[in-house]
Amino acid sequence: MRRNLLAVLTVLCIGTVSACGSDNDNGGKEKSAGGTKLTAIQKNPANSGKSITVGSKNFTEEFILGNIYAQALKAAGYTVKTQFNLGSDQIANRALKSGQVDAYPEYTSTALTSFFDVKIADVPKDPQKAYDQARTDYAKQGLTALPPTPFSDAQAVGMTKKEADSLGVKTISDLEPKASSIVFAGPPECKQRVDCLLGLQRTYGLKFKKFAPVDPAQRYKTADRGQAQLIVVFTTDGQLATGKYLVLQDDKHLFPPYNAMFVVRDKTLKKLGPDVNRVVRQVQKGMTVQVMQELNSRVDIDKQEPKDVATQYLKETGLVK
Amino acid sequence: MQTTLAFLGQFGGAIDFIFHQRESYAGGVQIGGSEMLDLAWQQIKLSAVALGIAIAVAVPIGLWLGHVRRFSFFAISVSNIGRAVPTLALLAFFAAYLGLGFTNVAFALTLLAIPPILTNTYVGVYQVDRDTVDAARGMGMRGIDVVRRVELPLALPTIAGGVRTSAVNVIATATIAPLAGATSLGFPILNAQIYGPEGQIGAAMVVAVLAVAADVLLGLFQRAVTPRGVKLEAGDRQGRPLAGFRKRGVQTA
Amino acid sequence: MILELAQVQIHGRSGGGSCVQNDGFCPDWITSNLDRYVDPFLQQVFLVVVSVAVGFLIAGALALLAHRRRWLVGPIIGVTGVLYTIPSLAAFFLLQPITGRGKLTATIALVGYTLLIIFRNVTTGLRGVPEEAKDAGRGLGFTDNQLLWRVEVPLALPEIMAGLRIASTTTVGLATLAFFAGAGGLGERFVGSQIVFKSNVVVAGGLCVLLAIALDLVILGAQRVLTPWTRARSA
Repeated sequence: MRRNLLAVLTVLCIGTVSACGSDNDNGGKEKSAGGTKLTAIQKNPANSGKSITVGSKNFTEEFILGNIYAQALKAAGYTVKTQFNLGSDQIANRALKSGQVDAYPEYTSTALTSFFDVKIADVPKDPQKAYDQARTDYAKQGLTALPPTPFSDAQAVGMTKKEADSLGVKTISDLEPKASSIVFAGPPECKQRVDCLLGLQRTYGLKFKKFAPVDPAQRYKTADRGQAQLIVVFTTDGQLATGKYLVLQDDKHLFPPYNAMFVVRDKTLKKLGPDVNRVVRQVQKGMTVQVMQELNSRVDIDKQEPKDVATQYLKETGLVK
Repeated sequence: MQTTLAFLGQFGGAIDFIFHQRESYAGGVQIGGSEMLDLAWQQIKLSAVALGIAIAVAVPIGLWLGHVRRFSFFAISVSNIGRAVPTLALLAFFAAYLGLGFTNVAFALTLLAIPPILTNTYVGVYQVDRDTVDAARGMGMRGIDVVRRVELPLALPTIAGGVRTSAVNVIATATIAPLAGATSLGFPILNAQIYGPEGQIGAAMVVAVLAVAADVLLGLFQRAVTPRGVKLEAGDRQGRPLAGFRKRGVQTA
Repeated sequence: MILELAQVQIHGRSGGGSCVQNDGFCPDWITSNLDRYVDPFLQQVFLVVVSVAVGFLIAGALALLAHRRRWLVGPIIGVTGVLYTIPSLAAFFLLQPITGRGKLTATIALVGYTLLIIFRNVTTGLRGVPEEAKDAGRGLGFTDNQLLWRVEVPLALPEIMAGLRIASTTTVGLATLAFFAGAGGLGERFVGSQIVFKSNVVVAGGLCVLLAIALDLVILGAQRVLTPWTRARSA
């Protein structure tokens, strides 16, 4: 299966490169018969000697993002130090404010609820509005939240495609008549959260047969074994790349958006210049939900190192040669 | 002065966490307060099940081995081997091969609890004065009666020491049970994003109190089953592993 | 269908999945990924060796102190007993407000754990020295100090070394948890979904067990070297 896909891509690549000619230019996109291409990150000699410490929180996607930003900034000529696996959002935020790290990737809704005392129910459902609010709040603390990623790693609910087909559901509202025969599994704190069980009960009127608290690492196995029909999912989970599961559409917009943004200390940003902003924007262009699922699956399912997967992303998108 | 107040603040915050429910860091969840009782109960349940089964398995075997005075190498080695296996690795091994959840964790904890109890039972019976045993036999007691009415009661303090050691080990390992899918007081400690530092420290305090309380209670039990005049500090002087057993019996951790 | 020219290759994952994708025991993966375990392993070795060494110094000093002042034994056993009973994960976080996260906190907690074990064994060892040996020493005109270092301690060595062996093997187990105190170690290989990946658990767990056995044998070897007279007896 993999070889066939590679063959197709190769043929297309050869076909379109011959139609495009050289691909080394400064900035700007280049439309070709096949679509747009991400431009490579240019090394700027003015950046050498300027150093930045990139941090990350303590789960797979954070490791991947942290590595991607770090390697991309390095390709742009900066001296990059890393301090990954800082811990939870509170600890990472403290590390950022104290200067232990100069920047790390944070999620819009996480910042609003964890640092800026916004209740989950009050978080703006529109991704841009959520980002704007987070950016304004961060600015008051001397931190700059750079523009957000296209993908949102939001909490959601899903089922195996088999189960979804047999029940005939595509959206969360479709669950309503069947809810009483469904076991819903999620992390233990889901039971009391407005953006989890409570919200599903209130906003969608779902009354499940049972809520089963499970370890987050076991959610998908629980669904596979039929121990639960519905599970909590995160929209960029690696397992979703297998195509075995369906994420139910959140038609009533219960779940807030979690776009990632690279948050940098103002002082660092000033010292490092405009290239940081440019590189971050460049790198984020390719980060769709599908791509993030693929990258996460390479770490979680294929057991590769986040550092290597980040390099693969940069190479496969042409950002770094 | 500032730093003294600061750390008292964290401890104060932790103590407050134990007694008052509050909303979690990310919001939307109630944590702390009575939740601690529930988590402590989960941990006690898990530990009690493991310990109970371990006693039911290890004591009879240890009694028999000590009575017939055979296989001492096995009875002692089982503790040495048990000590070399880190508890987290044991938990992880069973999580990987049996799966996550209460039952599988309890199984791993039972295996963890057996060696100290087995070794101590063996040693306790082995060290019963031979003359006493001979006298009992002389009185016409059969093997099983000798065990039940002479060896077991005299070995009880050492056995209790083994149970005490196992109990402390099991409670300590049950703290990290959430890594393998079972609930316990380790859950707040391992989930800083929900519970914050006060939650982590608060749960740590409750765990410490739980472990020390169990140790003290079992220590009292041990003293209660010690017949007066029996010296606890017996041991042969040849420098072999039987020497130096004290109130906790065999020094397994 | 229009495809992006340069894009991330989406691997086909339908179907049964490989050994690694199914969390199995995969020798190939293990041999090509051993380097992941090197740093955590070395961090753990460092933690264990330092903690046991410091614990030995402190507990040894306490035992020598209590050797001539029997009344100290009770209180020392009481305090070290509490340190022994408190689960190490809890100890890491109880120390956090004072020493923060990191290697210092982990080391303090691990040292605390070893104190009871080593103290008891040193004390028992010293007490187990036969009176005849001490009389012989006094007969030779030894001072109390000479008696201690030239008669009592050497004869107590088997017991002391046994205590060191017990302390080091159990400290390996506890140092596995040091990761949660922010001190590194193999514990990082057991969190999250790694704990159900068989290959990973076998390697990480196996390394822990090997380290414990290695330390045990090293100390046993040292004991044989330092106490040649016991070799004849145990034969």
